[in-house]
Amino acid sequence: MKLSNDLVRHIASLACLGLSEEEVERFSLQLAHILDNVELLGQVDTTGVPPATHIVPLQNVLRADEVSGSYSQADILANAPRLAEKCFKVQTILE
Amino acid sequence: MSMADKELTRLTIHEAHQLLKQRQISSVELTKAALKRISDVESKVHACLAIVEDGALEEAERADEYMRTAEDVAPLTGIPALIKDVICTRGIRTTCGSRMLEEFVSPYDATVIERLKAQKAIIVGKTNMDEFAMGSSNEHSAFFPTRNPWDLSRVPGGSSGGSAVAVSTGEAVYALGSDTGGSIRQPAGFCSVVGLKPTYGRVSRYGLIAFASSLDQIGPMTRDVTDCALVMNAIAGHDSRDSTSVPHPVPDYTRQLIADIKGLKLGVPREYLVEGTQDEVRAALETAIEKLREVGAEIDREATLPYTKYALAAFHVLAPSEASANLARYDGVKYGFSEADATNVIEATAKTRQFGFGPEVKRRIMLGTYALSAGYHEAHYLKAQKVRTLIKEEFDRAFEEYDALITPTSPTVPFKLGERMDDPMQMYLADVCTLPINIGGVPAISIPAGFAGDLPIGMQIIGRPFGEEQILRIAFAFEQATDWHKRTPEL
Repeated sequence: MKLSNDLVRHIASLACLGLSEEEVERFSLQLAHILDNVELLGQVDTTGVPPATHIVPLQNVLRADEVSGSYSQADILANAPRLAEKCFKVQTILE
Repeated sequence: MSMADKELTRLTIHEAHQLLKQRQISSVELTKAALKRISDVESKVHACLAIVEDGALEEAERADEYMRTAEDVAPLTGIPALIKDVICTRGIRTTCGSRMLEEFVSPYDATVIERLKAQKAIIVGKTNMDEFAMGSSNEHSAFFPTRNPWDLSRVPGGSSGGSAVAVSTGEAVYALGSDTGGSIRQPAGFCSVVGLKPTYGRVSRYGLIAFASSLDQIGPMTRDVTDCALVMNAIAGHDSRDSTSVPHPVPDYTRQLIADIKGLKLGVPREYLVEGTQDEVRAALETAIEKLREVGAEIDREATLPYTKYALAAFHVLAPSEASANLARYDGVKYGFSEADATNVIEATAKTRQFGFGPEVKRRIMLGTYALSAGYHEAHYLKAQKVRTLIKEEFDRAFEEYDALITPTSPTVPFKLGERMDDPMQMYLADVCTLPINIGGVPAISIPAGFAGDLPIGMQIIGRPFGEEQILRIAFAFEQATDWHKRTPEL
């Protein structure tokens, strides 16, 4: 089996992930192969079984709303690929 | 110096601690020996991504100074450690094995690092790993593959391969790893060291770069079981910065280390001896089971956990789904690799991710995005979550009958580099015995349990939620009755 190249491109656009044509071709086969193996789950009767959203019995984890230490502007900007006037710089988002 | 460098690099934590306390060795000597070992073997095994020689020696001097006057010296004080590069370390680059984070320096320490530093542990560097902890061989590191010290043509396992190799070769006395589907235990088995994946929620994930948040745990990789307990004592416990960490009291994990397991009932679930399990692995497990019987355990060979066969499929829906959401943050704006050659922000983000991520990471982002997308969510993600409930309930039932479960850590001995790189499904099968444990959220340890020629074989002991003490006790009793953990690779 093989996923269509259009479906692979659609998934990539949802993930905001650029792919070369070669990658699209490779994933169309590899993903289909992995998904074939995942099909096994269809054999399990899960009628009435609740989905496990979490594995430990914790609910409503709260903490006191207290002021505590934070980071300096310099610390937070230190890893930025591009800066403009002490702000993160991004490409145009509006035409 | 009273001991040769080579001997210094073979010490366990508890041995080094005694010698440090008695002033027979210093932390500087111990740290220099580790650094020397790194410079001697690194060109062969490629286990490390960063070495902080000056910083480590300064810390060692400070630890020595502290120990000259301190009344009480903590077990990890002055002892060199290596840290998997998925764990944030302030001031040392944290690359996660990826081009995406090649230049990233975390502004904070992970909670586990704070806890090691509180004991004045010496951090000598960071270890190689599969990119974003996705892989079973370390071949998916964006930088270079790590090699197995027992046979340099073979993989060390993954994704914590660098940490396993470092402990095995003596580049550090112990290491930290992380485990989402077997990433501590499988390389521990492949390199003949001890590796523990704690119960989900036992160790804080704050500062652990997320792969699959409901499965990830940090854990110790050590030369013996006592060391594993000592590292757990340091890192386990509640942390308000990780809302999934559990506020149960932390026991002293060394308390139950007694070489006697009389009265314990151990199950050997047949589903873990999957098709394709090598004869040498089966034989080693048989011998190990016999040894466990000799030291007092009651063994039941008829244990069965039928949902195990669905664990691999459930894992490869759940883990990529969570990964696709977690890795959405890598957009090249606030940190990390960034592709500037684009006309708008969408194109810039897509290109950043295209060039910043390697093939396995892209594959998992694609799989996860597919499984979560409209029209496929119910049949894949929701279905896998329901199967997860069944797997968890099956573990609960098993532990009503058994004190622990015994399985191989991996169905095979370490495989050759390149052997599984073209077939993702073959690579995923390396974790078939370890990933059900993450799905169930329960703890499990891999310990050295034999060899096929010179190639290590690990045994996995699975325990009840928050039952780390019990599996450490079983592991300790086995270790006292065997010598596998004393073998070291010739390099």
